[in-house]
Amino acid sequence: MIIDSPPLQHPDVSAAGAILRVDTLVKRYADNTAVDGLSFSVREGSCFGLLGPNGAGKTTTIEIMEGILAPTSGQVWYRGAPLGERFRAEAGILFQKTALQDFLSVRQTLNLFRGLYDHGLSVDEVIRLCALEKLLKRDNKKLSGGQLQRLLLGVALVNDPAILFLDEPTTGLDPQARRRFWELVESIKAQRKTIILTTHYMEEAQLLCDEIVIVDHGRIIAQGAPQALLRQHFKAVLLELPLEDWSPAARTLGLTFFEAAGRVELTTNDLEGTLRTLMQAGISLAHLRIRPPNLEDLFLELTGKDLRA
Amino acid sequence: MSLLTPVRSSLGRLVAVWHARNLEFVRDRSSLIFTLGVPVAIVAAMALIFGGPPRPLFKVGVLGAMRSTASYPFLGERYFQFVPVAEQSSGIHSVARNDLDLLLDLRQQPVHFWCIEDSPKGYVAEKLLLQVDPQAQRQPTTGAVTRYIDWLFPGVLGMNMMFTCLMGAGYVVVRYRKNGFLKRLSATPLSAFEFLSAQVLSRLGLALAITLILYSGVGAVIGFHNAGSAALLLLVAALGCLSLIAFGLIVASRFASEEVVGGLLNFLTWPMMLLSGIWFSLEGSPRWMQGLAQLFPLTHILQAARAIMLDGAGPAAIGTDLAYLAGTTLVFLGVGAFSFRWRAE
Repeated sequence: MIIDSPPLQHPDVSAAGAILRVDTLVKRYADNTAVDGLSFSVREGSCFGLLGPNGAGKTTTIEIMEGILAPTSGQVWYRGAPLGERFRAEAGILFQKTALQDFLSVRQTLNLFRGLYDHGLSVDEVIRLCALEKLLKRDNKKLSGGQLQRLLLGVALVNDPAILFLDEPTTGLDPQARRRFWELVESIKAQRKTIILTTHYMEEAQLLCDEIVIVDHGRIIAQGAPQALLRQHFKAVLLELPLEDWSPAARTLGLTFFEAAGRVELTTNDLEGTLRTLMQAGISLAHLRIRPPNLEDLFLELTGKDLRA
Repeated sequence: MSLLTPVRSSLGRLVAVWHARNLEFVRDRSSLIFTLGVPVAIVAAMALIFGGPPRPLFKVGVLGAMRSTASYPFLGERYFQFVPVAEQSSGIHSVARNDLDLLLDLRQQPVHFWCIEDSPKGYVAEKLLLQVDPQAQRQPTTGAVTRYIDWLFPGVLGMNMMFTCLMGAGYVVVRYRKNGFLKRLSATPLSAFEFLSAQVLSRLGLALAITLILYSGVGAVIGFHNAGSAALLLLVAALGCLSLIAFGLIVASRFASEEVVGGLLNFLTWPMMLLSGIWFSLEGSPRWMQGLAQLFPLTHILQAARAIMLDGAGPAAIGTDLAYLAGTTLVFLGVGAFSFRWRAE
């Protein structure tokens, strides 16, 4: 739902240089609160990541930011005004799941959406940007996952948007298609467009995002630039050992560890002391790997390692 | 392995799918309510319209005061409905239009009557009348006599338009909502009114093309009489289609289930089928029924089309019908746009 309101002006927006500001957003359903008082702003020209585990409230939040869903309370401001016609004309959206009209070719689909905007890129330009040249006559229902995402990105770009929403754009794509999609997003970033991205792939967020917000249970649990957040949350280093080198006795050593996918991860601020403890416990360090923490480690650290329902 | 094992396996799969489909149906409350509610409503409507004594087979207009069946036994015949008629000219016109099967003038002695020779019901009614009253004198029907096919054909065209318009546009919108295409469109500057208008215009072209094919095809194969302007008839068809499509879009403005919308559209098409005058005239039926029929766009389509095709009526004569169709189009589109939801609730 787009809210066409009288010309209100958010007091902080211009000062902060934010293109979009989310102000104490709440969304309640009959049986749960999906978004619980979120506030943040998105800098113009940045790539902003909205991360969180399943059911954290990401999609609800982004749909409110897109003007698709009405909040229970709170407000979203675009260039200092509530979402309205200007936002609709200047926003490009790639939904998590998007259906297109049946029996249209790739070009016809782009023509349809281009026809809905007064201003924007030419369809040929969109085709070039999204590398769709070889697919123009193909029925949009007969595209592979990666090809369809490129078309949907093209649909989101037809109005030459100032702000682009990408809701889990690479979910279900193979690694090649995902990397190809990242290249496209990088090229859009290079044009200084604002991008708001949700993703389950922390590698994707770390690669593309200038700033991230991690939400859980509808609330912000971390916010900032990825590298700054890593520095803030990880004074420690990560040690990785194969699970077969780990021994039950080591569980009692008082170390912080996590067992998963055939390996054990240990987090420590005292590398030397930890290595000594492990050797004294008779654990082989032949296959030990020491690596800096990444965004996935931060995500798991903050949201927990239990499977979400 | 027993010979019955593959059969048992196949039955097991069949039962699993059957059970899951039943669960889906029962748990989709809106579908369940409409699917079960519509037949109940149709039964109630049928009881209201056709309840009471058996429906008469013949409709006979009567000029002059009604007599007792003792003084004129034909008035006691079963399966005849006797409708008082004030003026001879309008009674003859109704016979010529097939609205009445026969007109009796009880003021004359012997009784005079009018009917159309090539009307099957008029023919049988005449035979029955002459059995009871051999002295009755048949009078020539002045003016253009309408064959039954000429009277029926606008009804068939209208019925086809109703199904094409109501069902087509409604289902498409529901499918778009269900698969999320409407959600994608809602993120663009497209307004609900623009979207609905585009759907109406798209369906209008199709409905008019189908109507034109029927009109030309039936004209070529069977032949029918059109006393009026084809252009005016096209205008009636266009306005009628617009009104019916917009009506269908109101029904489809919120739901995301084809079963619910199918049930609702059935619920709406039945009374129109029965009361708009597709198959039989409502002349002589209760006043409330005639009033209800006037609410339906299809009634005005058929009134205007028959006036043009049978009587050669011009724009002034059918102005009320045209205004009603144009007005309802705007009202239905407005209501549809107001109540429209881009995504399933």
